Amino acid sequence: MSERVAAQAMERLAVRKTYKLFIGGAFPRSESGRSYVVTSSKGEFLANASKASRKDARDAVSAARKAFPGWSGATAYNRGQILYRVAEMLEGRRAQFVAEVVDADGVSAKKAAELVDAAVDRLVWYAGWSDKIGAIQGSANPVAGPYFNLSSPEPTGVVAVVAPPMGPLLGLVSVIAPVIVTGNTCVVVASERAPLPSITLAEVLATSDLPGGVVNILTGSAAEIAPWLAGHMDVNAIDLTGADAELAVTCEELAAENLKRVLRPPAAKVDWLADPGTGRMTAFLETKTVWHPIGT
Amino acid sequence: MFEYAPAPESRDIVDIKPSYGLFINGEWAEPLAEERHKTVNPASEEALAEVAWAGEADVDRAVQAARKAFAVWSVMPGSERAKYIFRIARIIQERARELAVLESLDNGKPIRESRDVDLPLVAAHFFYYAGWADKLSYAGFGPDPKPLGVAGQVIPWNFPLLMLAWKIAPALACGNTVVLKPAETTPLTALAFAEICQQADLPPGVVNIVTGAGETGAALVRHPDIDKVAFTGSTEVGRQIARSVAGSRKKVTLELGGKAANIVFDDAALDQAVEGIVNGIFFNQGHVCCAGSRLLVQESVAEELLDALKRRLSTLRLGDPLDKNTDIGAINSAAQLAKIRELSEAGVSEGAERWSPACPIPDKGYWFPPTIFTGVAQSHRIAREEIFGPVLSVLTFRTPAEAVEKANNTPYGLSAGVWTEKGSRMLWMASRLRAGVVWSNTFNRFDPTSPFGGYKESGYGREGGRHGLEAYLAV
Repeated sequence: MSERVAAQAMERLAVRKTYKLFIGGAFPRSESGRSYVVTSSKGEFLANASKASRKDARDAVSAARKAFPGWSGATAYNRGQILYRVAEMLEGRRAQFVAEVVDADGVSAKKAAELVDAAVDRLVWYAGWSDKIGAIQGSANPVAGPYFNLSSPEPTGVVAVVAPPMGPLLGLVSVIAPVIVTGNTCVVVASERAPLPSITLAEVLATSDLPGGVVNILTGSAAEIAPWLAGHMDVNAIDLTGADAELAVTCEELAAENLKRVLRPPAAKVDWLADPGTGRMTAFLETKTVWHPIGT
Repeated sequence: MFEYAPAPESRDIVDIKPSYGLFINGEWAEPLAEERHKTVNPASEEALAEVAWAGEADVDRAVQAARKAFAVWSVMPGSERAKYIFRIARIIQERARELAVLESLDNGKPIRESRDVDLPLVAAHFFYYAGWADKLSYAGFGPDPKPLGVAGQVIPWNFPLLMLAWKIAPALACGNTVVLKPAETTPLTALAFAEICQQADLPPGVVNIVTGAGETGAALVRHPDIDKVAFTGSTEVGRQIARSVAGSRKKVTLELGGKAANIVFDDAALDQAVEGIVNGIFFNQGHVCCAGSRLLVQESVAEELLDALKRRLSTLRLGDPLDKNTDIGAINSAAQLAKIRELSEAGVSEGAERWSPACPIPDKGYWFPPTIFTGVAQSHRIAREEIFGPVLSVLTFRTPAEAVEKANNTPYGLSAGVWTEKGSRMLWMASRLRAGVVWSNTFNRFDPTSPFGGYKESGYGREGGRHGLEAYLAV
């Protein structure tokens, strides 16, 4: 028996995690059986992630559509509490996320901790918006006639989200939370380069009372998956924040087919630590105006 | 039915020139493009005037003028911009009668409608947005929201001057300059508006009007130096625009087609519902994107309602748009008439039952009688496609859930109507209808303070109200 083998026999072997997709609240492998190698920022092997297929993307859209009536019909208070619960669960797994962010981005543990903390705080911030966005986006309109006239924001529907390639946790949370807090459901294309924190985040979402299907996460090739979603006729909007220029044009052209709402990639590099403002929520809201006569 | 003596509004009040150039940089410019076309009165097929169809080079001149004017207009104090827009509103009120007649001549809509609906709303829209020009920092878009730049605006023929107002008023209030293309069949009130800009001493280049057809509009939309595209029209053209701006930084708002459900429950005040149905689909000859073109009536009252509706339709007067007694005017163009006929014939051939009141049709001009289809299935073309004419498709339902399901079963989502005396049911329906405007116990109401725009394939962005500012601010 060689020395190396002897040493291995003495050590406890770690139980590795299988990283799968997150669709409809479950964790399936890609139906295609495809996977791809994910490495750390230093090039070391981390895991084999699932490489989502077109069928997976369609399943994810179906799951998001199925979840939409329940989630958009839930009270704002309820949605806010669930987002806050996500923050609680994320805080509880702080150490795990710090380690994953260090692996993915090659940042120091201190910096990674700052990013994870910011992600938790961002969820808390958005959670509070659930029952306030209506007050700042809605209006009672003084029409020139005997009518009650009220405009209120409503969620757009199923939103495809191309997550930023950098900022595997903070960036991801910063694009998911504003979409779902108002009642949309989503299909997220995770960072292709650093997808592992997204699946760990899915574990957090799955244990936070978030109904299955509200957030669906696909790992794999963004250049493959994003156009499938952009051309899908049952997707109402697409956030192209994480798409490169070429992919963004392809997706925007495909999105025109059913007039999806398109949030284009930002013109300048995003500082995810900065105040996000309300733009990411309002991009995926419709305004409904209801008229009713006033009389006796 | 009562006999009415004709009561025509005099057309002497309008002074139509034989031919028009383009309005660029505050003055009339000879077009570089040589193509010219006649705009006709759809009620008589008489040519009213000849207008230019601007080419790419003309559009470029207009955009350059707007760009130059942006340097002046965008830095002018909001309070001064406001006063120009208030001036425009006042001049529109002063010339309202003339503009109403001109609109009815060029478009074919009844004078009662252009006089009592279109023109008052046009003036109100300019008044409303004039007041925003110096209050933008209170509008919820940050402490100092900035204009976008030059807006390219393309508008349809169904409400020519009103759609111009919806586009130009908020654009100017926010500090943008505009190049606007009116529809090729209804350019005359936009050209009259150019004169109003001159009378108001609006700085040259702030408003530019280029006439033409689809190709002129396309040249405007793809011009590299515009920052904003605002379009009202068909979903098909909206799709092309959305595709053509891909990868640019142009901000886009689209107000597109519709196939609205007007839903009548068995407890509704049926006489009022009948008036609402008539207003919903026969107002403006049904040339309304938010028209209530699908009547969903609860099965238990379907027969009673349809009898009352047919009685009411038999009293509608179709004919001379300038006659103050006219309810239904002319179809705007031969092309639109052909489309309405084609879809109506499809309705018959797919098995629906067609009904129109006895209705004399004038010899000249483009006309289509008010028409009802019963026995319509959701799969029929007349239940799915926008007809944009005075044609109503009637379907029935049994439960509120079925009504919601059928109402939402369309790629469009512009408007919907609900008729019921039960408040909780009305609000339940309103919250489930995927449409940008829900009229309950009323239909086809518009107001500058009230946001208007669609869900799904009816487009994006809102016009009217505080919401309408967002389309013209860099936010």
